[in-house]
Amino acid sequence: MLTIEHLKKHFGFVKAVDNVNLNIRQGEIVSIIGTNGAGKTTLVNLISGYIKPDSGRILFLDKDITHSSPYVRIKLGVGRSFQLIQLFGGISVLDNVRTALFSKYEMIHNAWFSADRYASVMDEAIQILSNFNMSDKKDLTPKGLSEGDLKILDIAIAFALKSKLLLLDEPTSGVATNDKFKVMDSIVKVIKKEGISTLIIEHDMDIVSGYSDRVIVMHEGRIMAEGKPDEVMENKEVKATVFGIVS
Amino acid sequence: MLNNPKWITYLLIFIVLLFIPRILSMHDLMLFEYGITFAIVGMGFNLLLGYTGLLSFGHGAYFAAGAYTVAMIAKYLPQAYSLELLIPAALFFSMLLSLIFGFVCVRHTKIFFSILALSLSMLLFSLLFKLYHITGGSDGLRVPLPTILGISFKGIRRPEFLLGTYYYVLLGMFTVSFLVMKGIVSSPFGKALQAIRDNEVRAELIGIRVRRYRLYAFVISGMFVGLGGALWTFVNGHVTADLSHWVFSGEIVYMTLLGGFGIFEGPIIGAFLFTFLKLYAMGHTEYWMFVIGATLIILVLLLPDGIAGAFSTLWSKIRKKSY
Repeated sequence: MLTIEHLKKHFGFVKAVDNVNLNIRQGEIVSIIGTNGAGKTTLVNLISGYIKPDSGRILFLDKDITHSSPYVRIKLGVGRSFQLIQLFGGISVLDNVRTALFSKYEMIHNAWFSADRYASVMDEAIQILSNFNMSDKKDLTPKGLSEGDLKILDIAIAFALKSKLLLLDEPTSGVATNDKFKVMDSIVKVIKKEGISTLIIEHDMDIVSGYSDRVIVMHEGRIMAEGKPDEVMENKEVKATVFGIVS
Repeated sequence: MLNNPKWITYLLIFIVLLFIPRILSMHDLMLFEYGITFAIVGMGFNLLLGYTGLLSFGHGAYFAAGAYTVAMIAKYLPQAYSLELLIPAALFFSMLLSLIFGFVCVRHTKIFFSILALSLSMLLFSLLFKLYHITGGSDGLRVPLPTILGISFKGIRRPEFLLGTYYYVLLGMFTVSFLVMKGIVSSPFGKALQAIRDNEVRAELIGIRVRRYRLYAFVISGMFVGLGGALWTFVNGHVTADLSHWVFSGEIVYMTLLGGFGIFEGPIIGAFLFTFLKLYAMGHTEYWMFVIGATLIILVLLLPDGIAGAFSTLWSKIRKKSY
């Protein structure tokens, strides 16, 4: 589904992403771990089109999207959530999702009829919120939500765009420890049901090992190790570099 | 629609508005007509401020575009001086001007947008002021009464015209503007504008072309303000370059803040309040600008959501308590 070939992004002397090769299959959940400054967020920004690479290629569904705008990538099915939650704070939870749906169906140019007239969009928005166990909060604004619910709503918006690939940047950061698994359960349930490929940046190793099919470890812009969560956690080099455990 | 209490209230207000000429004195009715034209302006302005999150200090330019379209047609093309042609012409020229100015302005946000909008309106002001032979300069242009559907009002004094037919023309235009704007803000397009207002980065990342939609909002806003300007000329009877000055643009901002930009009806209420407040302040003291300024300070400190916003908050608190 997503193939990255020899991707490079340098900021001056800093090699944020340095010759990265990566492949994500349909329906696979892949986590990226690494120390601060390893290049994880830069990689996600390159895939979502937020920044452009110095060299290398990004192929999505066999289409070269290396130089495509974020808009084109969204339309092709690359969705993302953010480490710092990005929501529409002045409108209701329902409208946060509904606006994404209107955009997806290219209905936002319609300026004549009330949004409430589009019953199918309304039903779909409620269904999405219900999938994420949030339908009872549809009339609240994001200001009235807990940190965990904000994270889920952030992902529900990306999901509403019918993303085929979801890029989740630290989906549980800022969420209370006892809510983290609840949040991830809600997200992963929907992702698995829809067969969406997912790339997660995460620091919490319990989350990484509990929900990922594969783990990629980045260090100084390069992929240091890759494999099943258990294999990667046992890798000596990873233990030393990422977890600071020297045996 | 009519099982919604809000729409029933709108209908009741509309019925009361039909009888306003019988209720108000001639002086107050004229003020009320100024208020109606500013209410259309306020609705247009608030599409940009309240719904798209862009504060323009240059919307006097589009008001002037509508007003000068009427005055110029009266001077240079008198054979086309009928309301049916003047309104589309005013809409067209205010659209054209807001398209040109908007194209430049929407590339920026926040203070940069505000200052750019102000600068461009002052550019128009300079042209209107300096091109004396065309625009009348500081003397401005006189605006005669137009024909309406072939009916001429020659020989009729302006107050009589304003008391009769024109009030209902204004009411009709206001009602249509209200319905159109209400439709726009509650449509998928309106939701997209609110998404841009709240978070332009995320709006871009759900596939909204932010700059393009800002321009659409700017142009629609400019057209509403231009329409208000065109309708205002017949009440005022005279246009001057001051309409494009930043002070007048500031008055548009003021009336929107007075009513409250976070609520659809806010700028409409603000427009009427401002019209009466300004005139009564001017009638009682030469320091009327002090009164306006002091009101603004009190408003910002005590009622940041404006008068309509404060009432709306109070109403929802009362409703919550009664449940």
